[in-house]
Amino acid sequence: MATQHSRSAARLMMAPAVILLLGWMLVPLIMTLTFSFKKYLPLRGGDLGWVGFENYTRFVTSSAFWPSVVATLAIVGGVLVITIGFGILLAILLNQPMWGQGIVRILVIAPFFVMPTVSALVWKNMFMDPTNGLLSHLWRFFGAEPVSWLSEASMTSIVMIVSWQWLPFATLILLTAIQSLDSEQLEAAEMDGAPTFKRFLYITLPHLSRAITIVLLIQTIFLLAIFAEIFVTTGGAFGTRTLTYLIFQRVLEAQNVGLGSAGGVYAIILANIVAIFLMRIVGKNLDA
Amino acid sequence: MGQIKLNQVTKSFGDVNVIPPLDLTIEDGEFTVFVGPSGCGKSTLLRLIAGLEDISSGQIQIDGQDATNVPPAKRGLAMVFQSYALYPHMSVRKNIAFPMKMAGIDEAEQNRRIESAAKALNLTDYLDRRPGQLSGGQRQRVAIGRAIVREPAAFLFDEPLSNLDAALRVGMRLEISELHKRLKTTMIYVTHDQVEAMTMADKIVVLRAGNIEQVGSPLDLYHNPRNEFVAGFIGSPKMNLVTGAEAQKHGATTVGIRPEHIDVSTTEGTWKGRVGVAEHLGSDTFLHIHDTGLADLVTVRINGDIQVSHGDDIYLTPQLDKLHKFGADGLRIN
Ligand SMILES: Nc1ncnc2c1ncn2[C@@H]1O[C@H](COP(=O)(O)OP(=O)(O)O)[C@@H](O)[C@H]1O
Ligand SMILES: [Mg+2]
Repeated sequence: MATQHSRSAARLMMAPAVILLLGWMLVPLIMTLTFSFKKYLPLRGGDLGWVGFENYTRFVTSSAFWPSVVATLAIVGGVLVITIGFGILLAILLNQPMWGQGIVRILVIAPFFVMPTVSALVWKNMFMDPTNGLLSHLWRFFGAEPVSWLSEASMTSIVMIVSWQWLPFATLILLTAIQSLDSEQLEAAEMDGAPTFKRFLYITLPHLSRAITIVLLIQTIFLLAIFAEIFVTTGGAFGTRTLTYLIFQRVLEAQNVGLGSAGGVYAIILANIVAIFLMRIVGKNLDA
Repeated sequence: MGQIKLNQVTKSFGDVNVIPPLDLTIEDGEFTVFVGPSGCGKSTLLRLIAGLEDISSGQIQIDGQDATNVPPAKRGLAMVFQSYALYPHMSVRKNIAFPMKMAGIDEAEQNRRIESAAKALNLTDYLDRRPGQLSGGQRQRVAIGRAIVREPAAFLFDEPLSNLDAALRVGMRLEISELHKRLKTTMIYVTHDQVEAMTMADKIVVLRAGNIEQVGSPLDLYHNPRNEFVAGFIGSPKMNLVTGAEAQKHGATTVGIRPEHIDVSTTEGTWKGRVGVAEHLGSDTFLHIHDTGLADLVTVRINGDIQVSHGDDIYLTPQLDKLHKFGADGLRIN
C-alpha cells in the first residue's frame, strides 16, 4: 500500500527539521555538560583540563547559591500569585459589557508587547527613581518620605515589574476561559440561592481551574529564566540575585565558564523539580 | 402554595418590545404550559417570573405577595433549564445538594432529600458520577432532582425535553406529568411543541409575539380555538384553513376543518381532489390532497388504512358541524 511508502517519504521530509531541532537542543546541552567538568577560564589560561565534580561542589557550597535559589522561587511565586489573582479580577471586569470594551482590552494587553529590557528601564527611571520617579512624587504629595524602591524594596520592585509584564498574558487566557462559561449555569446557581461571591467560588473558579493551571505552568517556565529585568534594574544586588543571574555572573563577570556551566546544570534540575512538582499538583486538573 | 399572578407585565429589550402588557393568573397546583412558535417570548416570560430578567413595567405576585423586586433566590421558584445547566465539576450528589447547601439545610436532612429524590428519579446508582458521564435523559433527571429538593412553590421548565431524542422525550413527558400528579406543585412549562402542550397541560397559554392568544384547557383549545392562529397551531396534523368562495358560502372569511373531520370517498363528495403523499402510521393514515381548489394542500386523517394510489381522484366531505368559522379579523364566529 501507499502508506508504507508515504511514511518513509514523510520521515525523509521531516528529517531536516528534526535534525535541526535536535542539534539546536543537544549541542548547547552537551557543551554545557562538557564545560561543567572542566576548569575553563577564558582570560586566565583557557582550558585547564578535566576537574571532575569540583565545579559542582564549588557552585553549591558558595555562599551565594542558596540565597539565589530562594530569590528565584520568591520571584516566581510572587509573580504567579499577583498575575493569577489580578488576572482573574481583570478577566471578570473585562467580561462585563461596558463602553469602549475593545480599546480597554487592547490597553490591557499592551504591556505584553513591550520588551522586558525596555519595560524594566521605564519602571526604573520613570516610576521608581527616588528623586524624579512618579511614585516618589506621589509619596511626597501625601507628605511621605519617598522610597528608594530598587534598593530598599528590591524584591518587591522586581516582582512588581515582572508581574506588570505577565499580567496581560494571564488576563487574556483567563478572559477567554470566562467567556466560555455557560451563563445558564450562573443563573441556575443564582436561582439555587448562591449570592455573587458564592457563585464565583462554586461556579466561576472551578470553571477557570484548567486555565489557571495553564497560566501557572507556562509562566513558571518563563519566570524561572527572567534575566533582563534584573540586569537593568538592580544588577543582582540587594538580594535579587536569582540562579540565572548567578550563572551569568560566574560565566561573564568572573569569567569562569566551568563553574557557570555546573550552575546551568543545577538550573536545569531545579526547573525540572518545579515542573514535576507543579504537574503533580495541577496535573489532575488537566486530564479531568 | 404557588399561585402566580401577572398584572400588566411588559418587557422591552432596548427599543424592542418583547412582551406587551400581559395579564395572567396561574392557580396553585396547576400544570400550565406556555406554547408558541420560536421567538414569541416564552422564555422571556418564564425568566420574568423567575426573576432572572427585570420586568419593564407591571407587577408580579406570588401567593398574593408582590414579588416584582424580589431577587430570584427569594421567590421560592425552581427552574429547569433547556441546557440543564448542571455544574460540571460537581458530582450528581453535590449538584442536587447545592441549593440545600446554599440554604444552610443540615447535612442529615440534605442526605434524606437527596436519597428520596434519587430514588424517585432512578438516579441512585449515579450519585457519584459527574454530569459529563451521564446520558441526556439522566442529566435531565439530575436537573429535575436539583429542583425538587428545594421544595419550591413552583417549578419552571424551559423546553426541558428539546435536547432529547424522540423516544426519551415521550418517556420524560410521562415522568414529568407523573411527578406533577404526585407533588401537586404548580408547574409552568415552556415548549414550542403543541403535542407536549396538549398531553401534559391542565391549562395551555398560547403565545404569539408576546401576546396571549388564548388560555384554556387542551380540549377547550382544540374544540373552540378563539382565532385562526390558535386553530392552526393546536392539533396535529394542522387544521385545514380555507379562504375565498368556499368560506363565503359558510358566511366567513376563513373556514377551518380538522383533518380528522373530513370524510373520504373514491366515488362522491363535496370537494374533488387528487391524492398526493400518503403517510401510513398503522393506526392512522394521513392523506395529502392536491388540486382541490381550496388550499394548496388539504390534509385528511383516516382511521386505519385506505386503498388509494398517488395521483388517484378522490372526493372529500367535511363534517359541517365540526367546521370552524373565522371573520375578517381572524376571530371565531359562532
Ligand atoms: N437578552 C435579550 N436581548 C435582546 N433581545 C432578546 C433578549 N432575549 C430575548 N430577546 C428577544 O426576545 C424575543 C423572544 O425571545 P424568547 O423569549 O427567547 O423566545 P422563545 O423562548 O419563545 O423562543 C426574541 O425575538 C429575542 O430575539
Ligand atoms: Mg426559548
